[in-house]
Amino acid sequence: MEPLTLTLLRIWALTKKELLAVLKDKVARISLLVPPVLQAFIFGYAASYDLNHVAYAVLDQDRSASSQALLAKLDGSGVFMRVADLHSDSQLRRYIDTQRALVVIQINQDFEKRLLSGAAADIQVIADSRNSNTAAIASGYVNAIVDAFNRDWHALHGQSTPSHAPSFRVVTRAWYNPNLESRWTMIPSMIGMLTLLQTVLLTAMSVAREREQGTFDQLLVTPFRPVEIMIGKAMPSVFVGLVQATGILLVAQLWFHIPFVGSFFTLYAGLLMFILAAVGIGLLLSAVSQNMQQAMLLTFFLVLPFAMLSGMATPIADMPKAVQILTCINPLRYAIDFTQRVYLEGAGVGLLWYDLWPLLLIATITLSGAAWMFRHRLN
Amino acid sequence: MNSAANEVATTTWRANANRVRALVVKETRQLIRDPSSLALGIALPLVLILLFGYALSLDVKNVPLAIVLEDSSPQAAELVGSFQLSPYFQTSVLQSMAQAQQLMQDRQVAGVVRLRSDFTRTLLQGDGEIQVLVNGSDANRARIIQGYVQGAVGAWSARQQAEGQDAVPPPVVVQSRAWFNESSNSSYFLVPGLIVLVMTTVGALLTAMVMAREWERGTIEALFVTPVRSGEILLGKIIPYFGLGMIGLALCVLAAKFLFQVPLRGSLWLLIACSMIYVLVSVGTGLLISSATRNQLIASQIALISSFIPAIMLSGFLYDIRSMPTAVQVVTYLFPGRYYVTLLQTLFLNGDVWAVILPNAGVLLLMMCMVLIASIAVTRKRLE
Repeated sequence: MEPLTLTLLRIWALTKKELLAVLKDKVARISLLVPPVLQAFIFGYAASYDLNHVAYAVLDQDRSASSQALLAKLDGSGVFMRVADLHSDSQLRRYIDTQRALVVIQINQDFEKRLLSGAAADIQVIADSRNSNTAAIASGYVNAIVDAFNRDWHALHGQSTPSHAPSFRVVTRAWYNPNLESRWTMIPSMIGMLTLLQTVLLTAMSVAREREQGTFDQLLVTPFRPVEIMIGKAMPSVFVGLVQATGILLVAQLWFHIPFVGSFFTLYAGLLMFILAAVGIGLLLSAVSQNMQQAMLLTFFLVLPFAMLSGMATPIADMPKAVQILTCINPLRYAIDFTQRVYLEGAGVGLLWYDLWPLLLIATITLSGAAWMFRHRLN
Repeated sequence: MNSAANEVATTTWRANANRVRALVVKETRQLIRDPSSLALGIALPLVLILLFGYALSLDVKNVPLAIVLEDSSPQAAELVGSFQLSPYFQTSVLQSMAQAQQLMQDRQVAGVVRLRSDFTRTLLQGDGEIQVLVNGSDANRARIIQGYVQGAVGAWSARQQAEGQDAVPPPVVVQSRAWFNESSNSSYFLVPGLIVLVMTTVGALLTAMVMAREWERGTIEALFVTPVRSGEILLGKIIPYFGLGMIGLALCVLAAKFLFQVPLRGSLWLLIACSMIYVLVSVGTGLLISSATRNQLIASQIALISSFIPAIMLSGFLYDIRSMPTAVQVVTYLFPGRYYVTLLQTLFLNGDVWAVILPNAGVLLLMMCMVLIASIAVTRKRLE
């Protein structure tokens, strides 16, 4: 039995060599750090379901004081921008077809007459539902503004609501993200998401590259044991993964000013476990692929479903039961839940145990699986 | 004399065509023999179709909701009933707020509705308050839940009003119509995204990786010492990947029709024509990236950043461009995904609207020419 110090020394030497191999190239250095940070910016700005400027057009066939009052409410909302006053149905069709207006509001000729007579006055709200999500949000805004108009109308015309009709307000409080900003949800999730892709890819490629170039055989005839080679390959990826995660974390805090309420120690402990799981997956992939291209394709093949089934795009709770069970093997699912809870909610280890033990399990299984593969397949 | 010149021209043309054909056959064989490229070209579209069809859902339902009922009046009980009847919620009625907060913290419930003990009294005074607590960590879901709560409360309020004698109808009633997707079916909205993802993956990512590998191994230089011209070599590369992209399109269109039941209101031929242009833009981008980097790892990174991520994030299929800040909106014009998503959404859900199709397809066509010319130029320059 060799002394442990010798093993550690060998691992250290190999780690240094691998780290140099990864970082010696300037383009490689840039391509490892810039893309994740750049993506954090893009996602931070682009990934939003909040509508700020709704282009709308009006087909006002009434042209009365009341219809003008209603439209003034829309114009004054700060959300709706009137792009045109239309005169005919065909024009309406054209504005929606060509996406010049997201919403068209049609007010019938008898609008004011019906309003004054106490009958319900209809307005038609036509939304371009090619993107049904946006259409639903915009329609919701119109409804809210019309509600406000109705309340004002009641107040102005003295038709107070009868005493037994409920008069109330719904007061919503959102924990951890008081203004419900999509960005606050998105960017902490990106830490796991982007780190996963890059770590798996880097690990899978580093072994595949040596194989493709034939240097892996040289490595095998050295006194290094397969497990030591594996650890040497894993360490640089862990390091790069942690640096990338830190980069995104800095963007979140320094640029987007998303308040961090948890503990950095907990966050990094969890991230380390997640990155170990990712590295394990990368090593497994590299053990089964013959060349860099296969390693890359396999990575992509695995990471894409992981990303889509992580709960970031659509909540896991709304997926079919069978798919929900499938997501249990997805490390990203736990990482995203974990980072959100530490970052936004300040949760401690006790609450996070549900995310941590699966990550630990995945890391153990993949790393020991990779060690086995290294010993048996590569010799 | 004239006919001899013609003959020479014809034979050169034939020789050219033969060379390109031979190259296409070679590249196609190479593609088919490498199981991993075929996997990306055909299996990945299938996986994406299944994921989009069965796993992704934008419809929030069965939200676990805790109702803290501190008031025992019939009105409050009726309001609770309104939540219990709603198909969107799975309610559990609790007595204490502390208990509900604990459930929130443990993620057992996604929202809490609280009716305080003075709810009915303040309600009759015209100042009732219904407290709602949601978890903002998932902002989007929280907002949807908030909307559903408001809906359930609205239904209760309407019932209460209807029970009163001299109910006052609201002065203005909104009749909403969602054109092109009356029932707000979310697969109508996912299908264009699915097609863009598949076409971009096959076009840009696969091409970039395969070509970068040839550069790394030097096999492309070997090709260039043959009498084949550089344009012909690129053509030989483009055609097989173009074919693979078209297979991906066919899979997606079939899935759209039979799996998702999304109507194709425009013409199929226009859809195919626009998709051909987009695939060529993608394949051209892939070639350009690989010739410029000549390194598999960097080529795949750049392909991800410059084509794949923008196709998801900046194309308007998932996140509407109209809700982005102006600076980001300007950036979206630089990427082909935006035009293609507009074309797909219009062709599938709206019809042959030339006023939309001509400008968008025109820009794509322009991008295609620019990318292809640039990739030929860069490849030539790299070899000199």
